[in-house]
Amino acid sequence: MTAPLQRLGAASLNVFAKLGRANLFLALALTGIPEILRRPGLLIRQMYVVGVLSVLLIALSGLFVGMVLGLQGYNVLSDFGAEESLGVMVAASLVRELGPVVTALLFSGRAGSALTAEIGLMKATEQLSGMEMMAVDPMKRVITPRLFAGILSMPLLAGLFTYIGIYGGYFVGVSLLGVDEGSFWSQMQAAIDFREDLVNSVIKSLAFGVIVTWIAVFEGYDAVPTSEGVSRATTRSVVYSAFAVLGSDFVLTALMFGE
Amino acid sequence: MDNSRIVEIWVGVFVAIGLGALFLLAMEVSNLAEFREQKTGYRLLARFSNIGTLKVRSPVKIAGVTIGRVAAIHLDPEQYQAVVEMRIQPQYKLPDDSIASIYTSGLLGEQYVAIEAGGSPEFLEDGDEIEITQSALVLEELIGKFLVKTTEESGPKE
Repeated sequence: MTAPLQRLGAASLNVFAKLGRANLFLALALTGIPEILRRPGLLIRQMYVVGVLSVLLIALSGLFVGMVLGLQGYNVLSDFGAEESLGVMVAASLVRELGPVVTALLFSGRAGSALTAEIGLMKATEQLSGMEMMAVDPMKRVITPRLFAGILSMPLLAGLFTYIGIYGGYFVGVSLLGVDEGSFWSQMQAAIDFREDLVNSVIKSLAFGVIVTWIAVFEGYDAVPTSEGVSRATTRSVVYSAFAVLGSDFVLTALMFGE
Repeated sequence: MDNSRIVEIWVGVFVAIGLGALFLLAMEVSNLAEFREQKTGYRLLARFSNIGTLKVRSPVKIAGVTIGRVAAIHLDPEQYQAVVEMRIQPQYKLPDDSIASIYTSGLLGEQYVAIEAGGSPEFLEDGDEIEITQSALVLEELIGKFLVKTTEESGPKE
């Protein structure tokens, strides 16, 4: 009779315990900031792994997303004789939503899963405990640089994605389908506000950077130190990141663009 | 040593590309260039009995050329009229007998303030009001007038 209730209670306690561990983990990781200021080499090394190696994927995805937006938008808009608004449609959807969101999803698949697997394996092979033995704080040495590399890389990658995406839409719309070039850009510039759209887009991508990297490094650090545990943690990292990004995107959009 | 130099160079390239993309987005895609002009322009006021769907940041045009933006809209609580505050770029001077109307761009497009320049030698200055205005056309009102007219015409015949 009380067994289902007990299971529910135990499950909720587990969730809360994990949330608590995740927050303590973040607080501890933030205490490593002086360390990365003193030794920026650690951060730069991780920015290479997390950021530079993601550029090609992000750039190509941005190009194709922009080209698809150009094609689909043209088909719908030409029904209303409003092809000139293609620039607005492509730019608004990329700047406000697709840029930050799709970049965050790709980023969690490309970089987040790698971070989780790497840290999880470090834990499974007892490299983290080894560091502690040598009086090196693995938090400051391993976690903080990876966390900040992810947070700093996300807005840059999202900006790149958006910019290339708009040129993808431009290529399809203006070069292939013959939308007027002047109105493509001028209507876009008239509709996209610097403060309302662009700054909010950067804030969004920064928030997603925090979410995705935080989940990735925490799942790695919290993984059961076996090969199965690491594989599960990697899956969880990508799945939770996707949920968290899409869910928080709704909240952020409601706060930024809701009236 | 050499390896870490290469890593640093690539990270430098990555950061430069990312910041460059954000900068170009600001300059090419958004209205940042116009943003500065908006602050330097002078203000004009106009009263309308109905502004339709005019919004803050809607364009102000003369002969189809955008010369400014709507900066603020509020209601005059005594006369129940909409007071539209516009910012006009400083290089454009308007005669003080100009007419401000609210038009729609295209059939379904957004509404904007169109200004017809008058012939007066005096120019409007910061904070002045455009006296002659023409309100937005509301589709329902037009249809209503049309219906009244057609019923009046067909009425006495039968």
